[in-house]
This record gives sequence, C-alpha cells and structure tokens, in this order.
Amino acid sequence: MFADYSWPELGAIFAMQGFAGLILFSVFVLMALGLAIIFGQMGVINMAHGEFMILGAYVTYLLSNLFADYVPALFSMYFFVAMFLAFIASGALGLFVEWALIRHLYKRPLDTLLATWGLSLILQQVYRSVFGAREVGVSIPDWMMGSLPLTDLIEIPINGIFVMVLAVSISLGVYIMMFRSNWGKQVRAINQNRVMAGAVGINTEWTDRLTFGIGCGVAGVAGSAFTMIGSTGPTAGQLYIVDTFLVVVFGGAASLLGTIASAFSISQAQSIMEFFLSGSMAKVLTLLVVVGILMIRPQGLFAMKLRK
Amino acid sequence: MTRSSFMTRKELIGFLILAAVIFLLLPAMLDSFRLNLFGKYLTYAFVAVGLALCWGAGGILSLGQGVFFGLGGYCMAMFLKLEASTPENTAIQSTPGIPDFMDWNQLTELPVWWQPFYSLPLALLAVLAVPVVFAFIIGFAMFTRRVGGVYFAIITQAFAAILTILIIGQQGYTGGVNGITDLRTLLGWDIRTDEAKTTLYFVNGVLLFAVLLIAQYVRKSKLGRLLIAMRDQEDRVRFSGYNVANFKIFIFCLGAAFAGIGGAMFTLQVGFMSPTLVGIVPSIEMVIFCAVGGRLSILGAVYGALLVNWAKTSFSEAFPELWLLGLGGLFIAVVMFFPNGLAGVWSEQIEPRLTKLSKRSDTATPKRAAERAPAE
Amino acid sequence: MSDETPKKKSTGLSRREVLAGGTALSAALFLPKSLKAADFPTAEINTTGLAVTDDTVTIGILHSVTGTMAISETGSVQAEKLAIDQINAQGGILGRKIEYIQEDGASDWPTFAEKARKLLVNDKVASVMGCWTSASRKAVLPVFEQHNGFLYYPTFYEGLEESPNVIYTGQEATQQIIAGLDWVNQTKGAKSFYLLGSDYIWPRTSNKIARKHIENFMEGCKVVGEEYYPLGHTQFNSVINKIRLRKPDVIYAIVVGGSNVAFYKQLIAAGIDPSAEKPIVLTISVTEDEIRGIGGENIEGAYACMKYFQSLENENNLKFVEEFKKMWGDDIAIGDVTQAAYLGPWLWKAAVEKAGSFDVDKVREASPGIELTTAPEGYVKIHENHHLWSKTRVGRAQADGQYEVVFETAELVEPDPFPEGYQ
Repeated sequence: MFADYSWPELGAIFAMQGFAGLILFSVFVLMALGLAIIFGQMGVINMAHGEFMILGAYVTYLLSNLFADYVPALFSMYFFVAMFLAFIASGALGLFVEWALIRHLYKRPLDTLLATWGLSLILQQVYRSVFGAREVGVSIPDWMMGSLPLTDLIEIPINGIFVMVLAVSISLGVYIMMFRSNWGKQVRAINQNRVMAGAVGINTEWTDRLTFGIGCGVAGVAGSAFTMIGSTGPTAGQLYIVDTFLVVVFGGAASLLGTIASAFSISQAQSIMEFFLSGSMAKVLTLLVVVGILMIRPQGLFAMKLRK
Repeated sequence: MTRSSFMTRKELIGFLILAAVIFLLLPAMLDSFRLNLFGKYLTYAFVAVGLALCWGAGGILSLGQGVFFGLGGYCMAMFLKLEASTPENTAIQSTPGIPDFMDWNQLTELPVWWQPFYSLPLALLAVLAVPVVFAFIIGFAMFTRRVGGVYFAIITQAFAAILTILIIGQQGYTGGVNGITDLRTLLGWDIRTDEAKTTLYFVNGVLLFAVLLIAQYVRKSKLGRLLIAMRDQEDRVRFSGYNVANFKIFIFCLGAAFAGIGGAMFTLQVGFMSPTLVGIVPSIEMVIFCAVGGRLSILGAVYGALLVNWAKTSFSEAFPELWLLGLGGLFIAVVMFFPNGLAGVWSEQIEPRLTKLSKRSDTATPKRAAERAPAE
Repeated sequence: MSDETPKKKSTGLSRREVLAGGTALSAALFLPKSLKAADFPTAEINTTGLAVTDDTVTIGILHSVTGTMAISETGSVQAEKLAIDQINAQGGILGRKIEYIQEDGASDWPTFAEKARKLLVNDKVASVMGCWTSASRKAVLPVFEQHNGFLYYPTFYEGLEESPNVIYTGQEATQQIIAGLDWVNQTKGAKSFYLLGSDYIWPRTSNKIARKHIENFMEGCKVVGEEYYPLGHTQFNSVINKIRLRKPDVIYAIVVGGSNVAFYKQLIAAGIDPSAEKPIVLTISVTEDEIRGIGGENIEGAYACMKYFQSLENENNLKFVEEFKKMWGDDIAIGDVTQAAYLGPWLWKAAVEKAGSFDVDKVREASPGIELTTAPEGYVKIHENHHLWSKTRVGRAQADGQYEVVFETAELVEPDPFPEGYQ
C-alpha cells in the first residue's frame, strides 16, 4: 500500500499517525483518571461515570452560550472558566451522590454498580428533559480549532495539543494530590486498611466523600474537554464507558501509573491497527488483545496486590 | 442426600405458586398479545435463574450474560433463517436460497459454518454447546487464575462489547445491526400465529421449570453448599482440598447453558435476534432482573424478570418520555432498601407476619441467617 | 379542542339529513374543505375492525424518544404531530379527527417489534407513522405483514425492500446517491473518492452502490479507499491521516449519530477544511438536524445530497417551516427525514380519501399514483413500488446550520429499490 509514496510523505504520515495515537492516549487518560481514582482507591464501580462527563460537557455548552450572549469579548477564554465550573458541578454532584447513595453501599461493591446504573438512567433522562433529546452544538473559540502546519505535510491539530496538555496537567495534579498531599495520604491509608485508618483519627467518611467528588470532578473536566472532539447529547456518556473501564482494569486498578501505561498501550495498539485495518476490525482486535492479556495476567499491568 | 432435602415444604409451595402463576393465572388473565409479551419476559428469567446460581450462590457476577443469551438466540435464529430462505422465498435475490442479508452483502454461497444449521438437532445442540464452550474458555482462563469479583465482572462486560462489535462488523455473516430477522417457520410450523405464540409460551414455561428444578437440585446438592462456602470463605474451601476453580467453571457454564436456552426461546417467540440483546446494556439489565428478584432466590429471579420487564413496558406505555426516571429509581430503591430483592421482602416482611398469623413457629429464622446476602 | 362541540352538532344534523334522503350538499357548506363523516358510515369504511369511530380514527406513532436514536427521531415525531394537527384543523379524514397513540421504541429493536404488535393487535390503529433505523424497520416488518398493518417509514435508506405494508416516504439509496455523484463529477471534476461510513447496512449498501456507480458508470473515476467504523466511534484521527495519504478529490462520508460530530470536528481540527475545494466533503447522512450537534462552523462548505433542505424556497416549504416553528419553537432545524415524516399522514389521508375506506387493503390499492402537490419538497408521487418519486438536491452547508441549494435534478427521480447493475 505504500509503493506509490515518497519517503518524506511516508515519514510525515507516520509522524501524524503517531500524533493521532498520542491524542487517543490523552483522551483515554482523561476518561480513565476520574474512574481510576474512584474505582482504584475506593473499589466503587461507577457506571454513571459517562454521565458525570456529559454534565461537564453541558456546563461547557451553557457557558459558551452565556459568554456569546453577554461577554462576547471574553469568548475566546471561556473554555477555561467552563472547565473549572465543570469540575465544580460534576464534583458537587459527586459529593451529593456519595452522601445519598454510595456511602450506604461500601460493603457491597457490586451493588454500587447497580445503583450507579440506575443513576445513569436518571441522569440521562434529566439531561433529555432539560436540554432536549437532540445533541447540542458547543461553539469552540476559533483559536482552539484548526491546525498548526509544522511542515508542508505535517499538520498538528490544535485541539489535540490542548487535550494532551490537559491530560498531562491533570495527571500531574492527581499525582501530586495523591502522593504529596495529606488527603492523598489518607486515601491511601484507607485503601490499605479502613479500620486502622479510622482508628488513627482519619475522618474516613469525609475522605471517601472527597475522593468520590474529586473523581467525578475530573470526569467533568474530561467531558468539558471532549466537547472539542465529540458530541454532546443525553446518551453520549455511554460511548465512553467500556473503553474507560477497560483502561482502568488493564492498568491494574490500584495504580494510577498503571492506568496511564494501559491507556498508552491500548491507544497505540488501536491507532496502529486502525491505520492498517478497517476501523471496526481494529477495535475488535484491540479489545481481544486486551482481554487476552487480562486472561494471562488478570491483575493488570501494574498491580499492588491481587489475591484476596 | 435424602429425597426430602431436595425441596422443603415451603419451597414446594413456592414452586407450586409460580407454576400456578405461569400456567394458569397469566394465560387466564391476558390476551394473546400480552401473554406473548410475558413469554418474552420469561426468556429473560432463564438468564436470571442462571445468575442467581452464579452470583447469589457462587458470588460470581457476570456482566456478560447477554453473550450467552445472544449465542443461544443466534444459533436458533440461524436454523430458522435457513428454513425461511428457500429458493422460492428468495427468488428476487441474485443468489436465491441464501439468507437475504448475505445476498445484500454480495455473498454468493452459504459460509461453511452455517451449514450445520440446516439440521434442527445440530442447531439445538449448538444452542446449548456454543454458550457452554464460550463460558468454559472464559471461566477456565479466569477462575484457574483466581480472578473474581469486580475484575471478572468487567472482563465479562468487555466480552459483551467485543461480541456486539464483531456481530455488527461481520454483517455478511451475521446480519449486522439488523440482526437475523423475518423468521417464519419451525419445521413447517408457522411461529408467527397467535396459536403458535401461545403454544410457545407454554413450552417456554415447561422449559423454565425444568431449568428451575435443575437449579434447585444444584443448590441443594453438595456442590451448591460448597458454592456458598466458597462465596463466603474461598480460601477455607480451598484448604479443605477442593478445587475451587472447577466448581466455579461448572456453575458458570451451567448459567451460560440456561441463558442459551432463554435466547433460543426468545428467538422463537419474538421472531428475530439482534445484537442489541448481546451488548452491555442488556447484560446489565439481566443482572438487574436477578437483583430485583433477590439474588439468592431462583424463584425470586423469575419474579424479578417478570416485574422489571412488566414495569418497563407499562412505564414506557404510560409515560413514553419520562419512563427512564421510574426505572432508574426502581434500581436504586432496590439496591438501597431491598438488597435481597423481592425474595427478601417476602422472607423478611411478609412471611414472618404470615407465620405469626397462622401461629406456626417455623424454622425460618435460622435459615434466613444462612441466606444473608454475601459480603461482596 | 374548542371546535369540538359545533362539529358534533353538524354531524348530528347531517345524519338526520341522510336519513331523510338529503344529500351532503348543505353540510358541505359548513365544512367546505373536508369530507363529512356521516357520508361514510363507519361500518362501510372500516370492515376489518380498526380503531375508527363515527368521529375519530386512531393511528400510531412509533419512534424512539429515549436511547441513542432519540436524537434523530425527535424531529420525525414533531413533524408527524404537526401534520396530524393540520389535517384535524381541516376537518380530519373522511370527517374523522385523527387521534394518535405514541409508543417509545427506546432505540431497541425488540422493543420496536413489541410496540408495533401492541399498536396493531391491541390498539387496532389504522396506520402507523414510525421507525427510523433500518434495524427497527426490519424488526417491525414481519409484524406489519402478519397483522396487515400499514407503515409510513420516513428515513432515506438502503433499498432492497418493497413491502406491501410499507410506504417509504424517504429516498432509497440509488435515488439519493447517483445524482450527487454525477453532479460532483460533472461540475467539480472529481475523479477519486474515499468512501467512509458507520458500520451497518445503510452505509455499507450505499457505499456499494456508490462504488458500482463510480467504477462502472463514471468514466475515469475510482475509489481510493473504503472504510467503516463502529457506531458511536469517536476517534477519527487515523482515518483522517489515511485520507491525507490517498488525497482523494471527494470524501464521501456516511457517518451517523454521535460519530458524526466527532468526525467533522476532528476533520477540521486536522486541517481538512470542508469549505476548501479539495477534498470536497460529500455526505448523505448529515441533515440540518445533525448540524446543530456538529456546529455550523465545523461543517461549513460540505455538500449534502438529499431530497429536502429547510432552505428550499417554494411556497409549500415556507409555510411548512413557519408552522413547524410556530408549533415547536423558533430554534428548530428541519432535516430531510423530518420533512419525509411530515408527508406520511398527508399521503395516508390522500390514499384513504381516494379509497373511500380505512381498510388497509383498499388504502394499499389506492396508494400508487397518489400525488401530493402541497409537499414542502415540492411535488411527490407514490410509485408502484411504494416509494416516492422525488427530486434529488445538493446543498452546501452554511455556518448558520442551513444548506444553500446548489443543484436540483430537473426531473423527478424514479425510485428503484432493486437496482440492476448495482447488486
């Protein structure tokens, strides 16, 4: 298939394809980080993760309209405000959900799956009733669309760079919070031994709530960022849920580094296969490889502990 | 194991009540259309009963039961489709005699692996064997490596996703998103008439009872007690010298076989099979049927499947634009307030009052303690 | 609602007149536009037990209002309700007001089959406006054929079907595709095509027809790539790179649903601007409805090939758009399928009136040849094969989310669901 092309062309294409893989990687990281915090640190299966993301997307949509109507001068900057508010909105909803639902179910992790599934149905219907069944169009500031021509042949999508920068900074933020902050220390302590953590004076209830809230908030930021590359509708959240869970499980749920490594390997595999095969087959092969590896190494790439 | 321990008197009464509901009450109350709907709901009950064994008794939560339901259903649908695709019926195609969707996708002859489905016995065998083989492969890989709990749930979920994408992607061989549609006759017997649907309803009921009796047998056998022991303290069972993985594989395969039967009956009663029954959403819904019914109770699972589907149909008929709220609320309410589902409500709320009324002190109390929900 | 009482009064009056041997002449003065119920005794116009009373007739609306397809099907529901309201305001059909029972298919094909059975068996509806995806139509088709129901199906679709129980008010694939390909070849000189689609029967069949047409009927033209992505796929960077590599003149995109939004946003982000003259982006799956989700600025300059655009400037359409907005709000977008759904109740009305009966068999017999001069798209006529004769148009997407019509076939295009040479 490459016989007709010159070397520079091929080089350019491979460079861009590599970049496409990196964008996919960043998307996966953004999707999975919130879930990795919640699932990895708390053992809670949040099936409504996608709906928390979409909440962030709707917040972005509302703000884009607000800015366009009232402060058009600042429109080019609205996206940063939107991401911040998306974090607040999804995080607040997360806090509430933890208080109302999740805290009653810590002893039954599989039940959180059912409860959050119910929650996702409710949220979808709420979005549909409030914003309509149709997708909404989120206007993105001009500077974030389009591409940077690096050479004649290589063009780099700006929103891709944006997603990458965002993924890196959020990963760093989570890393710092988890391993350098007091909260992170408490979360890890609770994860290792809840009773002992409580005994040494950690407010386990509040730490749990905050963890869940932060996980949901990160999902909201991801959803906000995805308005640049994807659709915003009541059911759009479901598009992400399988990939997200696979990334987290493949990485080994307890490990943030594992999540990132797994996002990297899955995205690169998919991106390379997509280039040589049809999209559908690439997807199936990627999933099969992931499941195959999980069968041989069920604890995922990086695992702290496996056997109960 | 003695004969009487197979089924206590109370359980026998439960079975008889369910039999009365399925074979007398529903057919007497409902017209042919509604009865057919309930027939469809009952096909999900096969899956729910399997889940009650795997999840309730064995602690294995599979989010991929749709895979087995779908495989069973597709095996049946392939046979029916071949029967419907006679050269006369398909004369308009460029290659008469093959299923219509193959013709649309430029296939000019039947793929080899479709050939066995000309034979009903082979197709029926496949309805059971294909899901079981799949379940065995998954179960063997997972359980011998001691994967369980949440990981297992999510990996099975991935299988559901993969199979859906695969079926949709290979539409020349599988019918794609549309599924295998327009099924007409079973060995010349028109399955689309009202009489046929009523007959199929009763066949379905009989099969369901066969499955329930098998499940009851398994639960009461040594295997069933070991499963519960494994669910609660896996290591102790292992240290007692049992091969835990083999029991888990067996129960998982059994659940898959049940689901396969349910899928085949679904195809017969609804008249088509499509990938929307394979994916993640239906698989989770099937777990919810089981949870609503009470994951520990095989009879509860049947009621759960009936209740949730009936609620879905009636909510969506009454409030087409808001029914998801009701459904989502139902799931949350069940998990939060009735963790043992309908069966729990019965054994914790209704039954004690009944016994008080009849002033018969039963042995219900110690039994309930043994049937508490698993810690995980 | 407010005109219910006087109408009943006049019905009573005329019944007496009929009994007295009078004609409908005086009654016709009261309701000049419509036929009078009393002239069509229920027992005569409804011999098969449908839900027809002396002053109402019940039909079904069967679309997804929940689930992933609700995005697309909402417009169809709105259009059908508008048409029903308008027909009722004119006095209904054979003097009977249309009532509807709406069911939710929930984007789930078995549910569609279940609800179709409910509408036909329980509710005995006289006809059904409904379905959107091919899969839902395939699921309900056996139900309609078994219970002899009558379905008006609004979506442009892959063809290869001709059911006696369905009127296809959207275009079948050859109608929609061939004119557009010829146009882009003749006016833009396009020679190479990259075919892309979501992975299911409609894009695959459409691309098959497109490929046959490009390779067999368009001189010197070739297909340089063909590719499918799963429904709901959101990452298109790889295929965009492949498109770059092959440098096609035309990107022929049949991506649907949420994927659509992702595809066009990523296309423009990757520096492939649809408003540039090469490559030309030509789609048959993006209506004004979808542009709302994509954002007009992200698809500006792309060409779409279908039979209807909201911007059509004929009197019928201006009126239709105005009434649609009056009923459903100003910020609405009306797409091809929405308009086709709007035709359903009107075509049914015409057929019932021609047949003088609600009986499905008689309506079916009366249907071929039915013309609609009031259609927003201009003029349509039902073909023997139950599809519509219609014009095919090419529109160029504008930043405001509308299409500017740049081409229109001179004649009505004949529907050909089983095209010779394209199999």
